[in-house]
Amino acid sequence: MLQVSNLTPLQRVALRFAVISLIFYGVTILEGMLMRAHQINYDLMDPDHYFAIMGAHPMVGIFGSSFMLVFGAFYFLVPTLTNKTIYSQRLAELTWILMAAGTAIVWLSGFLFRYAALYTNYWPLPVSKEFSPYALGSFAIGNILIMSGVFIFCYNLFGTIFHKRDEKEPLGPMLMSALGIDGFINIYRKLTKKGVEKEPIMPLPIVAIFRGSLDTILDALVLGGISVIFLYHAAYSFMGMPLSAEWFDALIYKNIYWWGLDLIADGLVLIYVAGTWYLLATIISGKPLYMQNIARAALLVELVVSWNVWGHHLLSDQGQPNLMKIVSGEMVTAFELVTMGIAVFITLKTLWQARPLKMTPQLKFLLGGILGFSLGVPAGIIQADLGMNRILHNTQWVIGAHAHMQLLVGLGMTLYAALYTLFPMLTNDVKLKSNALTNFHFWAHLIGGIGMAMVMGFAGMDGMLRRTIYPGDATYKTEMIVAAFFGSLMILAYLAMMYNIINSIGIRGLIEIFVKLPAPKTKTEPAIQT
Amino acid sequence: MIDSSNVLNLMKVVYVIYVAIVISMVGIYTFGLTRETKIVPKIKIPFYGWIGLLVFVGVGIHIMTYNMIPWVKWDLNRDKIKVDKEFNISIADYKFTLPEKTLVIEEGQTVSFNLKSKDYTYGFGLFRENGSIVFQMQVVPGSTNNLVWKFDKPGKYSIRSTEYSGPRGGNLLVKNAVAVASGPALAQLILENKMQNKTN
Repeated sequence: MLQVSNLTPLQRVALRFAVISLIFYGVTILEGMLMRAHQINYDLMDPDHYFAIMGAHPMVGIFGSSFMLVFGAFYFLVPTLTNKTIYSQRLAELTWILMAAGTAIVWLSGFLFRYAALYTNYWPLPVSKEFSPYALGSFAIGNILIMSGVFIFCYNLFGTIFHKRDEKEPLGPMLMSALGIDGFINIYRKLTKKGVEKEPIMPLPIVAIFRGSLDTILDALVLGGISVIFLYHAAYSFMGMPLSAEWFDALIYKNIYWWGLDLIADGLVLIYVAGTWYLLATIISGKPLYMQNIARAALLVELVVSWNVWGHHLLSDQGQPNLMKIVSGEMVTAFELVTMGIAVFITLKTLWQARPLKMTPQLKFLLGGILGFSLGVPAGIIQADLGMNRILHNTQWVIGAHAHMQLLVGLGMTLYAALYTLFPMLTNDVKLKSNALTNFHFWAHLIGGIGMAMVMGFAGMDGMLRRTIYPGDATYKTEMIVAAFFGSLMILAYLAMMYNIINSIGIRGLIEIFVKLPAPKTKTEPAIQT
Repeated sequence: MIDSSNVLNLMKVVYVIYVAIVISMVGIYTFGLTRETKIVPKIKIPFYGWIGLLVFVGVGIHIMTYNMIPWVKWDLNRDKIKVDKEFNISIADYKFTLPEKTLVIEEGQTVSFNLKSKDYTYGFGLFRENGSIVFQMQVVPGSTNNLVWKFDKPGKYSIRSTEYSGPRGGNLLVKNAVAVASGPALAQLILENKMQNKTN
């Protein structure tokens, strides 16, 4: 059982992030199943209810669950890997509080006020008469809180890396190392045989975390900034003086919004994931990372690529210039295949050098994550093509074969690999009670995730749209029933994992991660009279 | 001429084969990784060969579709293509306004659909009777939203908004709004349209 009193503040805050993340993940998959049930029956709830769930679903899943787990892990890993103390423990605590509160408010904006401009928030729908000022205002406040948490996380992380440094280490070379420039220099030295390769200052996972966090800041700037605009409009509507929405061109807005939003999907997620794979591969294999300089350089390339790929979301927008469609939407996007391919190659090669390896849960989930991205990234490249986009955009293919394959199988399995690796480190060696449940979690999540994403992909190829309801139309019913079956497997996987974790750390341990409980009464032995 | 149903059917086969190959490769790799006796793989994938393959696939798919899928060229050159017919369609307050009850197209004609949104972002998609997609585009307010398409097969198509525009636009559909025909069937459609216009 978990002895919370023996945990360091850093362990405790990381566990808080993990618990909140897993709770929000449960909410997300429940929402997913509710929507699936509606797609099967086609008339289970009102459209405004259905779309409110659809709006909350990715927000809770991405910010409440994925970001939360990643931030908790990085708050623990960065000081641990760099042998430093965290810049501010208080800011770390504030991060999870802001993000959890923000996600809950965003969820409530849908649940109570039926805010449903969805994840894309295309202008001018959010500020239109379709939603009350309460709905828009609460969504904006929730989103601003989430983005504030994101900023604080990045500030705290950069503070830990750069501020709390050994005074002998100058900032310039550290920054160069964090950006991966020393990787390029080493490659140049090796190719030209001029000079000696130098050991980079920064551990590779820190480079990935730093690099990913740059995208995280930019993404938060865009989404937070737009939420401030929403709040401004909501305030005026609340006072009975709704503002005109004509001041913002819908296509320019769409470009700005997708630029920021895509930094999550095609930026920080891929960079953070690559960094996590590298870390796990070195931990599992006990070997240094294969082609480390290439990995460092590739992370910098991925950063630049991620700033220039948003155009693939606008391939069906006829007002978008053709040149932008071809350069950003097709060609630069294609390089995501290359950068992800480099990460896959280096990770697999590092593991291969250490064979034979024991099939641990960490290794199992890591390979599952690689499989998920190997299936999901090419699906994205296919739709990021002018010809294919014309017949795939906004279909279930996009959200199933691409997005859910990457998020549930690729990212989800990678995060679980990290969770199973960090669990003993965060709990002072508490052992998970059941290997069978861990195995069940793996197989049910893998089969459920791949199965559901593939079936959604087939529904997309049959013409089913992703954000459309089909009342009284059973054209895609069979696909949705099969998708529901696979979705149910993922629910069972989640329940198995939660039961295993809670059973291992104990209910008391779980609660004490957040609040201190009174000491349990100990039974006193009656005095033995002699 | 290749149409979207040919492409989508081929894609289903390719997708299944791709998934099977990737799962098998990960399975074989895992087997080799965990087996006690070291396996020396018969095929070695060099790093730069792997990168070259990825670049080839990533760029090659666009070159292939540009040359094989006709609508890519129609799209990129749509301002220069001489069309046989133009349909000006507007959308406002979750309603399509079509120039005629049924948009009649003669088999083999090249048509331009010019869409205008007066409020929100919508989509404009054409769907076959079995629900499969012919094409779609976004309809953004304040933007030029036009698409050129050549119809060489007879059929009836429904128009559906392919973009979410709010809960009221979750099922924005005009059934059998487009008809493609030739010969007597075309004459019949034109006559029906004229009669409909008179009664309106």
